[in-house]
Amino acid sequence: MSVAYTRPKSLTNAPYTYCPGCGHGIATTLAAACIDELDIQGITISVSSVGCGGMGPWFFDTDVISPMHGRAPATATGIKRIHPDKVVWTYQGDGDLASIGTAEIVHAAHRGEKITVIFINNTTYGMTGGQMAPTTLPGQKTTTSPYGRDAQSIGNPIRMAEMLATIDGAKYVERVSVDTPANIRKTKKAIKRAFECQMKGVGFSLVEILSTCPTNWGMTPVESMEWLREEMIPYYPLGNFKNFQD
Amino acid sequence: MARVLMKGNEAIAEAALRGGAQAFFGYPITPQNEIPEYMAREMPKRGGVFLQSESELSGINMVLGASASGARVITSSSGPGFSLMLEAISSMALTRLPCVLVDIVRSGPGMGDLAPAQEDYKIAGNGSYKIPVLLPGNVQEAAEMVVEAFDIADQYGTPVLILADGMIGQMMEPVDFDKMPPKRKNLPDKPWRMVGIAEKGYRTQMTIHYDMKLTESTWIFEHEVMPEIIKNEARWESFGLKDAEIVVTAYGTAARMAKSIIEDMPDAKIGLIRPKTAWPFPYQAYEEIGPNCKAVVCAEMNTIGQMIDDVRIAVAGKYPVYHVGNTKEAPLEPENIIDKIQHLLGGAKS
Amino acid sequence: MANAKITVNTRLCKGCGLCITACPKKLLELDGGCINDKGYNVMRITDESACSLCANCAITCPDAAITLEKIEE
Repeated sequence: MSVAYTRPKSLTNAPYTYCPGCGHGIATTLAAACIDELDIQGITISVSSVGCGGMGPWFFDTDVISPMHGRAPATATGIKRIHPDKVVWTYQGDGDLASIGTAEIVHAAHRGEKITVIFINNTTYGMTGGQMAPTTLPGQKTTTSPYGRDAQSIGNPIRMAEMLATIDGAKYVERVSVDTPANIRKTKKAIKRAFECQMKGVGFSLVEILSTCPTNWGMTPVESMEWLREEMIPYYPLGNFKNFQD
Repeated sequence: MARVLMKGNEAIAEAALRGGAQAFFGYPITPQNEIPEYMAREMPKRGGVFLQSESELSGINMVLGASASGARVITSSSGPGFSLMLEAISSMALTRLPCVLVDIVRSGPGMGDLAPAQEDYKIAGNGSYKIPVLLPGNVQEAAEMVVEAFDIADQYGTPVLILADGMIGQMMEPVDFDKMPPKRKNLPDKPWRMVGIAEKGYRTQMTIHYDMKLTESTWIFEHEVMPEIIKNEARWESFGLKDAEIVVTAYGTAARMAKSIIEDMPDAKIGLIRPKTAWPFPYQAYEEIGPNCKAVVCAEMNTIGQMIDDVRIAVAGKYPVYHVGNTKEAPLEPENIIDKIQHLLGGAKS
Repeated sequence: MANAKITVNTRLCKGCGLCITACPKKLLELDGGCINDKGYNVMRITDESACSLCANCAITCPDAAITLEKIEE
C-alpha cells in the first residue's frame, strides 16, 4: 500500500475551525503542502492576521505569530530583517490586506521585502459577520451595503494583484482561484513559486486567491464556488501579473 | 572616553546602540528626527538594522515583529506618532514583549505651533496594563536611562518608555558614556522567540498569549511581575524635605526650572522631589516630607496637569497640591513657579 | 484501474459537499445515515473500486479530511 494523498505534515492536529466548504480550508492545506514539499517547516515563521484568515496559528505547525489587524507585512518585515535566513510569510484576508493594511502591503512590496504574502479574496469580511470589503463586487449585498455596493458612492472594488504588480519591488504576483480541482492545482503551484521567490532572494511575492464565504453569502458551498466562477473571476481575472526569471 | 557635547536625541541614539539595540524602526517627526537619522548612519556600521517605516503605525509593528524574533529593538516618536503606536504597544505590554520606546514630547495635537511639553504622561492604549516610564532630567540622564531601559525591558518582559520633553531632545550637553549603568545580571533568555522550529527544537504559537490563557498571563504579570517592578524600579531625586515649608515637585526640564528658582531663593525653605519614573511612581519619596510643609507645588510644562494626579495620591490629602503650568501667554517659565510659591508663603501675586 | 483505498476522517468532515462535485466519476455522496459528533452528515464512497486516484476530492476538501492510498497488487 502506498500513500497517494495525505494531510500535509506542516499542519497541527487541530481540526479547522473554518465554516463548512470555506475556501480558507483549501488555501490553508495548500500552503502547508507547499511548506512540506519545499522542506522548510523548520525554518518557516508564519505571520497570521485578523479575521478568518487569522485562525492560521492553530493550524500551521511552524513558529507562528498573530499580529495586529492589517500589520502582518510590517510584523513580517521586523521578523525577516532580524532573521533573513528564515522563510517568513503572511496569510491575510480582504480587510486585513486591502483595507486597514493597505499602507503596509504597498510598502512591503515597495521595499521589495523578501516575504511571501498569501491574500485570500472572498469579497467579504467573514469573521465579523459579512460586512462589505474593498473587494465586494458592485451591487453585492452585505450587512453594511444592504442595498448593494453603490459604485457611484463608494467606488468599484479594488484589484490588489494588478495594483501591487505595478510596484518595482514586487517580483511575483499571481491571481488564482480554488473553485475547481484544476484551479486548486494552479493555486498550489503559485504558492510554491511565491515561496521560491523569497527563498531565491528575488523579492516580494504575493498570491491573490479568489475564495468563497458560504456562510455570509447565504449559499451552499457548491453554490458559492459557482458564484465565484460566474461573478468574481470576470471582475478579478486569473493569471500572472509579475514574474521572475528562474 | 571623554565627555562629549551631544544633542539629547543623538545621545539617546548612541546610548541605545551601547545598550545593545539591534534594530530601529520608526518614522520622522519633529522634534526627534535626530534619532532615526543617527540610527540611519550608525546601525549599518554596527551590524544592526535601520528601516524607516511608512508610518509610526507600521514602525511599531515592525518593532513587535523584531521583538518577537528575540532582538533588542527601539523606536522613537513624538505625541501624535505615539498615539498611532498605542495598539501595538498595548499588545506588546499584554503579551510581555520587550522593547524600548522613546517619546520626545511636544505639545498638543501636533498641528501648527510646536513647543516642548510634558504631556503624554497619561497615554494609554486599550487594555489594562502599566509599562515602566522613565523621566530623564538632562541629556546625561537620558543616555543612562536608555541603556538601562533595554535591561529593564528584558528583565520583566515589557515595553519601556523614555518620556523626555522636547527640550531634552534638542539641547546639547556633555555626555560621558563611561558612566552608563552596569549591565544587569541574570536576564532571562527568550525561549519563545520566533526563529523557526529547527533552531529551537519546539514550536511557539504567539497568539496574544504564548500558549497560555491571556488571563493567566496577565494575572502573572499583575501579581508576580508588577510588584517586583514597583519594588525595584521607582527612582527619584529629592532634597530639603525635612524642613520644607513648600515642596516643589517636577520632572525633566520643569525640574531644572524648579532647581534654579530654589537656588535663587536661598532664604525660603523649599524642598524638591524630582520623580525619575512615572511608573512605578515614587510615592515613597513624598513620605519624607517634614511637618512644616504648607503645600506641594507641582510644576509641569502643560496646561491641565498630569503628574499632579500621582502627586495627590502620594500625599494622600496631607497637604494641598497646586498645579503650575502653562499660562495663556506662554509655556511654563520659572517665574510662574516663583509667583506661586510667594503667594503660598503669604507674599504678593498668585 | 488502480485499487484505491479512500479514507474519510469523519471527525473532520463537515459535509460541505465540495468533494462530491469534484469527483469526475461521481463516486461520492453524503451519507444520510451517518452524523458525526458535530452534527454533520459525512461523506461516503459509493464504489471504491471505480476510483482512479485522481485526488480531486482530496485536494478540494477544505478540511484535509481525505486520505488516499494505492493498494499494490
